[in-house]
Amino acid sequence: MALSGMRGLSVFISDIRNCQNKEQERLRVDKELGNVRTRFKNEKGLTPYEKKKYVWKMLYIYMLGYDVDFGHMEAVSLISAPKYPEKQVGYIVTACLLNENHDFLRIAINTVRNDIIGRNETFQCLALTMVGNIGGREFAESLAPDVQKLLISSSYRPLVRKKAALCLLRLYRKNPDVVNVDGWADRMAQLLDERDLGVLTSSMSLLVALVSNHYDAYWSCLPKCVKILERLARNQDIPQEYTYYGIPSPWLQVRTMRALQYFPTVEDPNTRRSLFEVLQRILMGTDVVKNVNKNNASHAVLFEALALVMHLDAEKEMMSQCVALLGKFIAVREPNIRYLGLENMTRMLMVTDVQDIIKRHQAQIITSLKDPDISIRRRALDLLYGMCDVSNAKDIVEELLQYLSTADFAMREELSLKAAILAEKFAPDLSWYVDVILQLIDKAGDFVSDDIWFRVVQFVTNNEDLQPYAAAKAREYLDKPAIHETMVKVSAYIIGEFGHLLARRPGCSPKELFSVIHEKLPAVTTSTVPILLSTYAKIFMHTQPPDQELQNQIWSIFNKYESCIDVEIQQRAAEYLALSRRGAALVDILAEMPKFPERQSALIKKAEDTEVDTAEQSAIKLRAQQQTSSALVVTDQRPANGTPPVNQLGLVKMPSMSSNADHNSTDQGSSQENGTLSQVDPQAPAADILGDLLGPLAIEGPPTTAGEPQQNVIPGLGGDPDAVDASAIVPVGEEQNSVQPIGNIAERFHALCLKDSGVLYEDPNIQIGIKAEWRLHQGCFVLFLGNKNTSPLVSVQAIILPPSHLKMELSLVPDTIPPRAQVQCPLEVVNLRPSRDVAVLDFSYKFGNNMVNVKLRLPAVLNKFLQPIPVSAEEFFPQWRSLSGPPLKLQEVVRGVKPMPLVEMANLLNSFRLMVCPALDPNPNNLVASTTFYSESTRAMLCLVRIETDPADRTQLRMTVASGDPSLTLELKEFIKEQLVIMPTARAPGPVPPAPPVAQPTSPVSALTDPGAMLAGLL
Amino acid sequence: MIQFVLLISRQGKVRLTKWYSPYTQKERNKVLRELSGVILARGPKLCNFVDWRGYKVVYKRYASLYFCMCIDQEDNELEVLEMIHHFVEILDRYFGSVCELDLIFNFHKAYYILDEILIAGELQESSKKTVARLIAAQDSLVETAKEQASSISNIIAQATK
Repeated sequence: MALSGMRGLSVFISDIRNCQNKEQERLRVDKELGNVRTRFKNEKGLTPYEKKKYVWKMLYIYMLGYDVDFGHMEAVSLISAPKYPEKQVGYIVTACLLNENHDFLRIAINTVRNDIIGRNETFQCLALTMVGNIGGREFAESLAPDVQKLLISSSYRPLVRKKAALCLLRLYRKNPDVVNVDGWADRMAQLLDERDLGVLTSSMSLLVALVSNHYDAYWSCLPKCVKILERLARNQDIPQEYTYYGIPSPWLQVRTMRALQYFPTVEDPNTRRSLFEVLQRILMGTDVVKNVNKNNASHAVLFEALALVMHLDAEKEMMSQCVALLGKFIAVREPNIRYLGLENMTRMLMVTDVQDIIKRHQAQIITSLKDPDISIRRRALDLLYGMCDVSNAKDIVEELLQYLSTADFAMREELSLKAAILAEKFAPDLSWYVDVILQLIDKAGDFVSDDIWFRVVQFVTNNEDLQPYAAAKAREYLDKPAIHETMVKVSAYIIGEFGHLLARRPGCSPKELFSVIHEKLPAVTTSTVPILLSTYAKIFMHTQPPDQELQNQIWSIFNKYESCIDVEIQQRAAEYLALSRRGAALVDILAEMPKFPERQSALIKKAEDTEVDTAEQSAIKLRAQQQTSSALVVTDQRPANGTPPVNQLGLVKMPSMSSNADHNSTDQGSSQENGTLSQVDPQAPAADILGDLLGPLAIEGPPTTAGEPQQNVIPGLGGDPDAVDASAIVPVGEEQNSVQPIGNIAERFHALCLKDSGVLYEDPNIQIGIKAEWRLHQGCFVLFLGNKNTSPLVSVQAIILPPSHLKMELSLVPDTIPPRAQVQCPLEVVNLRPSRDVAVLDFSYKFGNNMVNVKLRLPAVLNKFLQPIPVSAEEFFPQWRSLSGPPLKLQEVVRGVKPMPLVEMANLLNSFRLMVCPALDPNPNNLVASTTFYSESTRAMLCLVRIETDPADRTQLRMTVASGDPSLTLELKEFIKEQLVIMPTARAPGPVPPAPPVAQPTSPVSALTDPGAMLAGLL
Repeated sequence: MIQFVLLISRQGKVRLTKWYSPYTQKERNKVLRELSGVILARGPKLCNFVDWRGYKVVYKRYASLYFCMCIDQEDNELEVLEMIHHFVEILDRYFGSVCELDLIFNFHKAYYILDEILIAGELQESSKKTVARLIAAQDSLVETAKEQASSISNIIAQATK
């Protein structure tokens, strides 16, 4: 068929096709663009027909990949042409060239609206199509009512109404407020009675979008959907033209079943029965046929039916029928069906208790891991990852490792991450875990992030039984000719710490260990050298009796690096050299690293974060999220066999602590030697031993999620040591909110610690504001709970978890917050005694079928009960002297202080209501501050603070705090320290309470654990 | 929801693009480059689905042309695969055994037809007959307008003779 009359266009296309190369094509295009440009410039001579032709040419040039921005205006202006042919071109080309964010579209809104409300049916169609394809928010706001009218009025023909339905869907996606839920639900139900299947199909798509946000307004649509499904499945009264290869509109069937998946359940028994009959018929009646299109269409329906059955949580029998079907699919040769079989089996894992049946297919699934098609391999990997638990972890992980050597590059990263996570989550024993990770580093070192090897070091350090084994393994790998740098790091670290445990084995004398590690030095990067230097120092220290030759060798290395340009290396070399000349002191300082505090695996955390990273509302995703998280808890608890349900994630001790239950209880006690008794902070980089060890490499703080940090705070409530277990039971699952908070919760909290009103929390559905008033030891909060939506928030619950030093009473919180309404809930606070513990608000609500739960720290913090008070020299000094020595007066040297000018520090203290009294201290580098603290037990208590700074080193200072109450002195000192030391909030946006625990009035953790820092103190 | 529809020839030439989500020009070019690399490289006998940046691309090759539709992770792949076929059948019926050349020289027709099948990345009409009827009606509207125009220009021409 020739282009009707547009000869110029055909000629141009032929010219382009005749171009021999890209250069010729560019010349021809440039010539044409020049021509078009000049023609557009003097528009007078341009007939509508020519204009149309040039606009088409532009679209063609645009498809070739050239920039045609200059012509956007011309395309848009054709929309207002009076005649159909030009208007049509205007609309279609505009919809192709522009997207909703282009400003040009705005000038067309009026014309478009006139076309929509006008009486010309063909114009209506053009306008609706364009708005449906590229309409944005502005279109939504100005056109939605008109489009709704077209859709529901029976005076318009189906061709207009079906376009109106999808156009409205687009506008709804851009701004959900344009569809008024109350008024629209009945209309929607009526639309489902529509006889024209084109209109019905479009309306069903609209319904899917609507119920995905608010199913509860559309219950009346549910029975109608079932009716439609029955009608289609029985092939009653379906016009021939709407059957596709003999199947009554497979698309409408799929859409209808999709809509049904957004309703949590089908309650009415009759409806439920009819629905199950239809589903049963689909499950049983779908045969494999020769014709590929018929096959695809019928299986499209079948897979949707499977999804619906899974969602409805049908009887066991029907479920096993589904699994059987899927089992059949994953074994067929047809790749599409196999792909979908694997994909749906993965979904199946999440929703039902059929894991055991699925496990029977493990061998088959592993075969698919070797399929020539990467799409299928990916699905197989996902499925294996999902079905892995303690019982089959060994098989699956080893299979993944084996596959890793041959896997294509595109999959390696994912593969190694998954293997690492599975090994950590389900390791039957720790030596296996170490094996797996070392193999992983060996085979795919590039894809093993630092988190992974840090984790190995943590486990090995915390488990004495494991140390000789790990050291021996590390030694083995060091013998390999070419090893990955990560392997050098981890083996050097382990050999440094535990190499001496191998003393009697062949090839493991200090000298041999040193030389095998030293061989690697020339090939490593600067980030590894510091680790090697530490290892040398440790080997040196463990060499008993001292070996002169080795000593000289090591000293010469230190000597050489003493002048290294990298400051970390230089410092270590200088310090180790100085230290190693001191003899006995070395043994104490370079002693084995203390046990690591329990912490959540950064890796698992990361994996969880990516899983919740979604903005789209979709039934399967929502379900999947709820399910993955609870699945985690289940698998964690299952093997515990009567031991307290210790959640690995909250308090990771070892990969499979539950299977090593004995270990677990003993280790938990001993692992608290570090003093992190009640407030375990798994992610504060300041306390991250490895992070410190590596200095500049500092571990990457995991991104924050809503409830996460509070998990760490709760166990500390009241300083009750038993609370450690409480941290373990905090159900991780509930914290997996799919609703992402707006803004940084931690930052909001920190801001509110300094001021008395502001926003505590916000997400797309709710905003929680706070306003507080403080008087002596009492305070009153008002929580403002504002619903941002046009539908009510239900199951609203606010529970206050007060620490033991605060008495808190929250007034009644309503169960439902009406649309766009704000409720106020007063909260009374009484401070009983000094403590830095923080109260937590456990807040949850339901939105759609999505439960949102967040735990928020409340800014009822120590400084709120302070009242600044100025003191004169006459008042200060007698007081200061009378409070002599501990426990009333405590002094500490604080390191790792955020460097800041003295003025800034004074401002900081003032902002915490500690009044800086200038000129009290004769030394201008010192600050003296005073304040009154109020609590029921202490009444009003004067507190005095003195801070002596060192102008030469702004990162350290000496702080003295005095008050008439020992616990107040301690708490206040720790509180001020928290404010002064470097808070890692900028790096890890997670609200990281630097909270060093009460039971540890020593220097900051970092000083304890970083050999470098320790040395600096000593020298 | 369908994020976009692409028609790419075996040589990597773009024959039609339709974007239902807002992509900038730069992003569009990037998508085209990336996806033609991924899809053209896939051998025969593999499945019709490709994971791509958190989405899935359902594609099918007809002679020298690849029809691709990018959908959300949780969408029904087979349904979309048959939408592609539905589109192809309608093109076939309209052009009478369609070939790549038809779509090159009449690319605008392909856009008209696609607009009658999909709007907002959702299926609008599943009856081939209905689509054919609507397209024919549009064609005749354009035809009539042209005849009118030519008759008017005839009149003018005669009048100015």
